[in-house]
Amino acid sequence: MRKVVGIMATVAMLVCFAAGCSSSGGSGSGAAGSGAAASGTAAASGKMKPIAKDKIKVGVIHITDPAEGAGYTYTHDVGIQAMQKEIGLEDSQIIRKNNVPDTDPAKIETAMRDCIDEGCNVIFATSFGFMDVCEKLAKEFPEVYFSHGTGYKCNGVNFNNYFGRIYQARYLSGLAAGLQTKTNKLGYVAAMDNTNAEVTGGIDAFAMGVAKVNPDAKIYVKVTGSWFDPEGESQAAQALIDSGCDVIAQHCDTTGPQTAAEKAGKWGVGYNSDMSKDAPKAVICSVMWNWGAYYTAAVKSIIDGTWDGTNYYGGMKEGLVTLSDLSSFADPKAKELIEAAKKDMLDGKFNVFDGVIETNDGKKIGEEGKTLSDEEITGKINWYYKNVEVK
Amino acid sequence: MDMLIKFVVAAVVAATPILYGTLGEIMNERVGHINLGVEGMMSMGACAGFMVGYITDNLFLALVAAFAAGAVGALLYAFLTVTLMANQNVVGLTLTIFGVAIANFVGFYMISRSATKSLKLPENITSALGSIKIPLLGDIPVLGQVLFQYNIFVYLGVIIAILMAVYFYKTKTGLNVRAIGENPGAADAAGIRVTKWKYINIVIGGGITGIGGAFTAMITAGGVWISDCVGGLGWIAVALVIFASWKPVNAIWGSLVFGIFRILKYYVPKNVPVPIAIYDMLPFLVTAIVLVANSIKQRKDNAQPASCGINYFREER
Repeated sequence: MRKVVGIMATVAMLVCFAAGCSSSGGSGSGAAGSGAAASGTAAASGKMKPIAKDKIKVGVIHITDPAEGAGYTYTHDVGIQAMQKEIGLEDSQIIRKNNVPDTDPAKIETAMRDCIDEGCNVIFATSFGFMDVCEKLAKEFPEVYFSHGTGYKCNGVNFNNYFGRIYQARYLSGLAAGLQTKTNKLGYVAAMDNTNAEVTGGIDAFAMGVAKVNPDAKIYVKVTGSWFDPEGESQAAQALIDSGCDVIAQHCDTTGPQTAAEKAGKWGVGYNSDMSKDAPKAVICSVMWNWGAYYTAAVKSIIDGTWDGTNYYGGMKEGLVTLSDLSSFADPKAKELIEAAKKDMLDGKFNVFDGVIETNDGKKIGEEGKTLSDEEITGKINWYYKNVEVK
Repeated sequence: MDMLIKFVVAAVVAATPILYGTLGEIMNERVGHINLGVEGMMSMGACAGFMVGYITDNLFLALVAAFAAGAVGALLYAFLTVTLMANQNVVGLTLTIFGVAIANFVGFYMISRSATKSLKLPENITSALGSIKIPLLGDIPVLGQVLFQYNIFVYLGVIIAILMAVYFYKTKTGLNVRAIGENPGAADAAGIRVTKWKYINIVIGGGITGIGGAFTAMITAGGVWISDCVGGLGWIAVALVIFASWKPVNAIWGSLVFGIFRILKYYVPKNVPVPIAIYDMLPFLVTAIVLVANSIKQRKDNAQPASCGINYFREER
């Protein structure tokens, strides 16, 4: 009898060992484009079971409070609400955990476990720092779907990432901004420096849009070093205005840069949500996220069983990123140019980072006739376009 | 030259909320109470000032509300520390957590009730908060631009600082109040009403702090309500009290120095190869140096009031 138990224990150990190997092989995949590599393990471990609509319970992990009225968390929550309406979920089928600091793994884990304890089988984690905890818990709860925003990891089974081609909308906003400027100096308040590919790629796309319509204009960048800095963002915008910029674009969370522009009688390009309600006399247009496009598609795929656990990288085509309507004081030529460029994007004729791109330190990026891969766009843009100057 | 003028103007604007916070804290520490609730009282003032301005469209009422909100926060602090003799640091920290949270709570509530999901101050107030050019003096080239073209908060802050200096150093009451801060037992024996003057100073200090908060909500944030709009300035004010060696007039130029540090990273010429985090550290580095310098000099009039942090209990003296 003892021998039998011994053999069973050994077999069990071996099985665990093998399982451990295969799961570690599936995790830690690289940038957004590499989801396919990880999906190999998905086939081995079997597909996720679809969940009926009335059995779905969604847990949302927010970094701040959606009630802030503009900015990052608000736009995510508007997306969740759109998904709820579109799919027809009850209020009780959605749980929100607000103000979860994304630098504190213990708190993130508690928030997610709370959701799962309350019966959630789908978790949407909206901030970059939630990524590693998602990855960890996805192993522990294989029956729960984990979907993490603005990162790059996935396991090809029950944990994926979603993000978007915000640079497409930034390019279009650059067209409007380039036509608008009278001083040929445009300011850009950036949260992070060139170590962040999302911010840097956004600046480049904006700059390329500007260069397309106004080759003489230059883009001046100020970095605040924080995603949310109410005082610093206004001060950075003021410094740009002081140095002669008359259009202020931004990649940061508060409306500070737009209100600073309005106060100084200048123009601006908003971000996240439509900021024309905050600075109606300044905002030419806003670069916006429509997260509802993803949330709806994701929950639908869970219901009908088409979820594949690979990374999602949507753009204009999927309706994930959009440009708000142009304001009445926008240059009259802007509308037509934007429509044309947008059409080319939707047709796949134009992808912003096409061909050879000149950087501001004289390097050349990309190849003629090709476009940058998603992996490069999400992880490797650390250069600025030729008309950008970082101060 | 033009850029330099703009730099100074931006520095003064950055300095103003810190000046109010510092003046409020000096009022507290002069009667022997370290109030770490500056951030909280600023937040309460920010919220009350903004919301009253938003609803009534009246700048005067908004300022009164900001003062009142800061004063109410300080009154709580005074009751707990002066009357109930609770630990000053604990009460101050609690006041900060409470003040920031209640400001955000009210902000969220108001936003959720608004039609556009955004709160913007009425035009009347934003235009009243624009720069006021002082007649004649404002027309002097350079000097006029640097000194006499600011919004109302800036002038008010400097006036409060000067009045406070007169109060502390030129009036008998001020002398009494300073005596309380140095040695409340001796002041009590001399017939000074310690509890009364502690209350008065702490509450007025809180009110001044509250106006500083209103500045962040109404001017820095550009007239749109943003959660956490005070964003740590209260803590800088606490450090600045040390930098100003507990003197109101020093607070004026001290806050200007800190204001310069706050915006330096956006105005330094490009290609200065230092990480921008350095600039955020500078004010605190300078404060540490001033602390060390003062302790080496051993000058009594630059020192912290001696009874700071210790509650006064008459029967224990």
